[in-house]
Amino acid sequence: MLTIENLTNEIDGKAILKGLSLSINAGEIHAIMGPNGAGKSTLAYTLGGRPNYEVTGGTASFDGVNLFSLDPHERAAAGLFLGFQYPVEIPGVSNLQFLRESLNSQKRARGEKELNGGEFIRLAKEKAALLGLDMDMLKRPVNVGFSGGEKKRAEMVQMGILDPKLAILDETDSGLDIDALKVVGAGINAIMRKPDKAVLLITHYQRLLDYVKPDFVHVLAGGRIVKSGGPELALDLEREGYAEVLGAEVVTA
Amino acid sequence: MNALTLPTRKAEEWRYSDLDALATIWPAPAPTRIDVAAGASARHHLLQDAADGAAAVHDYAITLADGARCDFHVLNIGGKLGRVTFTVTLGSNAHFELNGAIIGGGDQTLEIVTSVTHAQPDSTSGQTIRSILGQHATGSYLGSINVARDAQRTDAFQSVKAMLLDRTATANAKPELEIYADDVKCAHGATVGELDKAALFYMASRGMDPATAKTLLLKAFVAGVFDDVADEAVKGSLEAAALAKLETLV
Repeated sequence: MLTIENLTNEIDGKAILKGLSLSINAGEIHAIMGPNGAGKSTLAYTLGGRPNYEVTGGTASFDGVNLFSLDPHERAAAGLFLGFQYPVEIPGVSNLQFLRESLNSQKRARGEKELNGGEFIRLAKEKAALLGLDMDMLKRPVNVGFSGGEKKRAEMVQMGILDPKLAILDETDSGLDIDALKVVGAGINAIMRKPDKAVLLITHYQRLLDYVKPDFVHVLAGGRIVKSGGPELALDLEREGYAEVLGAEVVTA
Repeated sequence: MNALTLPTRKAEEWRYSDLDALATIWPAPAPTRIDVAAGASARHHLLQDAADGAAAVHDYAITLADGARCDFHVLNIGGKLGRVTFTVTLGSNAHFELNGAIIGGGDQTLEIVTSVTHAQPDSTSGQTIRSILGQHATGSYLGSINVARDAQRTDAFQSVKAMLLDRTATANAKPELEIYADDVKCAHGATVGELDKAALFYMASRGMDPATAKTLLLKAFVAGVFDDVADEAVKGSLEAAALAKLETLV
């Protein structure tokens, strides 16, 4: 579904990703872990097409399409969802308005029929219930006044409504207490664990992986994938630390 | 304001104006007088939507007797020059409320100029102006608040925010206070900003096309200006005209 080869990028002239390769097939859940500053969030933003995250080399192919030839909104319409570590607040725009415009923009781009008000509200109710988010929250402006946990739940409601093929979730577990983590983990499984979908989880900690079991775990350090393995790799990292598993020189590279 | 000689930019209130456009209609028509009797309240609105290339000047002279109230809503979007001015005098316990939006593109010059005089004690006034300017448009708010010596306990505010869609557009905001009483509250704030890039990327990441995303953010920016228009038909026409104008800019 997603094939990244030898990806390099720059932010304000500074190289962050230095030859990253990764392949994700439909039906798979991949986790990327790594020390601070390794380039994890940069990878997510680069795949999402954030301005100023300049691709300087390599390729990313999403369902056979060159991802970097698409604008950010076209990537979303093609089925990519980016979960933000820090969801953005948009005063004056309600979640419902935001999501209905987003979903219908995607549908227009794909040549599908748009949802009318009633159809959309039914869909939103169903997905909000899945994440235990009160519908009243969705009437409020996007992320304004939401706690850290509420923002992450709201992100997962967005994902449920937009129904992407591939979700790249950047530290969706940060700022969540144990109960919220369980709810969010169950939400990710319910929405995304399907034969025709895939997930790339970016996380610092193993604990999210207790609820969303990855098929593959990769370690990102110094702008590259330096080690890949099964779920046991995450446990090794949690127990022994990055320096021990990878060697200190890899971590600081 | 309606002297027969064409004003020059040396006059403060014409400093940012388009005098060539003004010359095409000079002398401007006499001001519209609005007198609100003691204890009465009045609601007025203006949709300034002159044709492309035209000049339009609307001057209002508003007098509020003791205990009177006037609510004015203005949407200033049309013409090469669109200028709306308010000269307001308040009696005691009177209230004047102006809510206005300026939305301009092309080479438009759109202005709201106010002079609010609190002549007697215990009067209040509020002015909220939101401007959205694209391409080579210039939008200006010049607002002076004058508090007479006896006008104790005056409470006045001006809130002016402008959004620039292009680096070539210009916003001027010039609140001015002249206060001769000592027990007075006058608040004013003015900001000029651009569309929030983080919000635009967030919206794009959810699949929203750029024009839809910008329109939604701009609608949110001017939302509230026409919220308390009492007549639903008037409110609808102001909001529809604002939205139609916005859509030409994104």
